[in-house]
Amino acid sequence: MKSLAELEQIRNRMANKINVRNEAGEEGNTRIVVGMATCGIAAGARPVLTAMMEEIEKRNITNAYVTQTGCVGMCKYEPIVEVYGADGTKTTYIKMDAAKAVRVINEHIVNGNVVAEFTIGSDK
Amino acid sequence: MELARAHVLVCGGTGCTSSGSEKIINALEASLKEKNLENEIKVVRTGCFGLCALGPIMIVYPEGVFYSMVTPEDIPEIVEEHFLKGRVVKRLVYKETLTEDEGVKSLNEVDFYKNQMRIALRNCGVINPEDIEEYIAYDGYKALGKVLTEMKPQEVIDEIKKSGLRGRGGAGFSTGMKWQFTADAPGEQKFVACNADEGDPGAFMDRSVLEGDPHSLIEAMAIAAYAVGADRGFVYIRAEYPIAVKRLNIAIEQAREYGLLGKNIFGTDFSFDMELRLGAGAFVCGEETALMTSIEGHRGEPRPRPPFPAVKGLWQKPTLLNNVETYANITAIINNGADWFNTIGTEKSKGTKVFAVGGKINNTGLVEVPMGTTLREVVYDIGGGIPNGKQFKAAQTGGPSGGCIPAHLIDTPIDYDNLTAIGSMMGSGGLIVMDEDTCMVDIAKFFLEFTVDESCGKCTPCRVGTKRLLEILNKITEGKGTLEDIDKLEELCYAIKDSAFCGLGQTAPNPILSTLKYFRDEYIAHVVDKKCPAGVCKALVSYKIDPEKCKGCSLCARNCPVGAISGKIKEPYVIDTDKCIKCGVCESACKFKAISK
Repeated sequence: MKSLAELEQIRNRMANKINVRNEAGEEGNTRIVVGMATCGIAAGARPVLTAMMEEIEKRNITNAYVTQTGCVGMCKYEPIVEVYGADGTKTTYIKMDAAKAVRVINEHIVNGNVVAEFTIGSDK
Repeated sequence: MELARAHVLVCGGTGCTSSGSEKIINALEASLKEKNLENEIKVVRTGCFGLCALGPIMIVYPEGVFYSMVTPEDIPEIVEEHFLKGRVVKRLVYKETLTEDEGVKSLNEVDFYKNQMRIALRNCGVINPEDIEEYIAYDGYKALGKVLTEMKPQEVIDEIKKSGLRGRGGAGFSTGMKWQFTADAPGEQKFVACNADEGDPGAFMDRSVLEGDPHSLIEAMAIAAYAVGADRGFVYIRAEYPIAVKRLNIAIEQAREYGLLGKNIFGTDFSFDMELRLGAGAFVCGEETALMTSIEGHRGEPRPRPPFPAVKGLWQKPTLLNNVETYANITAIINNGADWFNTIGTEKSKGTKVFAVGGKINNTGLVEVPMGTTLREVVYDIGGGIPNGKQFKAAQTGGPSGGCIPAHLIDTPIDYDNLTAIGSMMGSGGLIVMDEDTCMVDIAKFFLEFTVDESCGKCTPCRVGTKRLLEILNKITEGKGTLEDIDKLEELCYAIKDSAFCGLGQTAPNPILSTLKYFRDEYIAHVVDKKCPAGVCKALVSYKIDPEKCKGCSLCARNCPVGAISGKIKEPYVIDTDKCIKCGVCESACKFKAISK
């Protein structure tokens, strides 16, 4: 260890990896929940989950974490992803795939803009 | 480490390891692999969570679900239900963390944790102690970096002085003063050392820090070395702590690899390295001069003070010696400032204290509370009270050097000075809770047996005196004592206190003196009435059968291991007291509560 910067580097690199241990509300974290019941998995929830995690890792995002839940009850819309903002808002994205997942991370989590076209309200 | 969506923290402390956490980890890894989840879910072996009574303990993040008393057979269910499908296995969740509507509440809202404040234990049960990067992620080595690049050695000492931190090993001497004395002592070569020879029966907080957060010790010792002008460190640790030794060795290796030990740390002129010295298990080696004699490679015996270690310590060089828990507070003080630390606690005892709570209590385990917390809060609010609805009788603190806190003093705020004032001491922090079934004479005898075994033999008052004390106690518990014996016992206690060579002998009579002070009536009951009020001392107990209640079922006679009970079916049975060995089997066998002491 030759400098404080080097230590700082390790700390930053590790920050998003241990983030999952900081419980949701506590640190102002955004919780991203992927519906992973049989219906969700059959519709392709797993690639959505992995894509989101990869994107979070790649962009070194420290204020959001991905978790899963069971059946949300709207099987025809699966894969469903719900985003619980630190401010208590909830956004529901439907019929997700890996590419859409990456956009949600980039636009919603990073830039703070809800991707309206994927939300449940946009479904006619 | 890859990014994982969930972390499963399994306690790898000694407590949970002995209740089978290794098997849990193996089963988890196998089961995750089977479901192809091994890259999504990370298993982390941590240090002690503190709730040892509920081990093996497992916490799942991000939900923060707390599974207790998990068995390897439960693992496939947890993996399938929770990790794959996202449904918490309520059956295995620690009941206290379930809300009324079956939701799961945060651990910090549970009684056991809610009233605690974890400074020394901040990383225990949070990080993987075998991964230096996790320690760094939780601000590890930040304090060392700050000290080396921004502070002068004297500024570090001033900060510690200002914090009001006192030694957590027992006597409670000001840590900052100790650092100052070592820094001021003349000499080119100086050492820092750590006392990790935790020998009090029932105390295990130092072990938990070493097992759960070894880097915090390394970092603090490096800071201390910088402050006092040392370049080498020694940790004297008992060989009976294999997990702690292993983790500390791994941590030292990693710190060297990352250049946090060695030459020119953080690119400064400061160089520091450290090594372990294993103790062979002699209690006296927890005494500072004996400890240093042992590090030097000699037989562990105390030597006179002064000179104090700060002046002439290891190999006659100035040496700073602190306890593990004391060091565990250092980085928190540097990072958060002395002004933060000295707002916690009481006027003369700052910060928190870790207690290893054991004995007759529901939540056996490790508890860290601000100084000034009352014993009642520790026993009832955090400890969950006494099992089986029994009455609290006393708590013993300070191990073989300490004394009892009786029930009427249960609201005493715990700090160094209050405990000394009521005839006990903080000691290293073992806290043994006793209920109405505990005989106080027997407790004193237990601790005296320990000190008689552990006396090093160098001085007569301790070697011979403690033996005589034990003989008198034996006489009393066998029902052969007299009132004069109690006076003699007391007189001898004071004589040993005044004349013994080191701390071991000087404090050895404390368990007797404090039980005499608060429970003299029990001693008198033993010698005058020849009765043991708690029914513990076998020689003074006799079992009898109440002929009114006895139905003559013969169950007691069939269970008696020595054939001391006889009688006819459907008629009251009798116990032959000459044959009876007072094992109590008949009492627990009787369905009609006809047998009593």
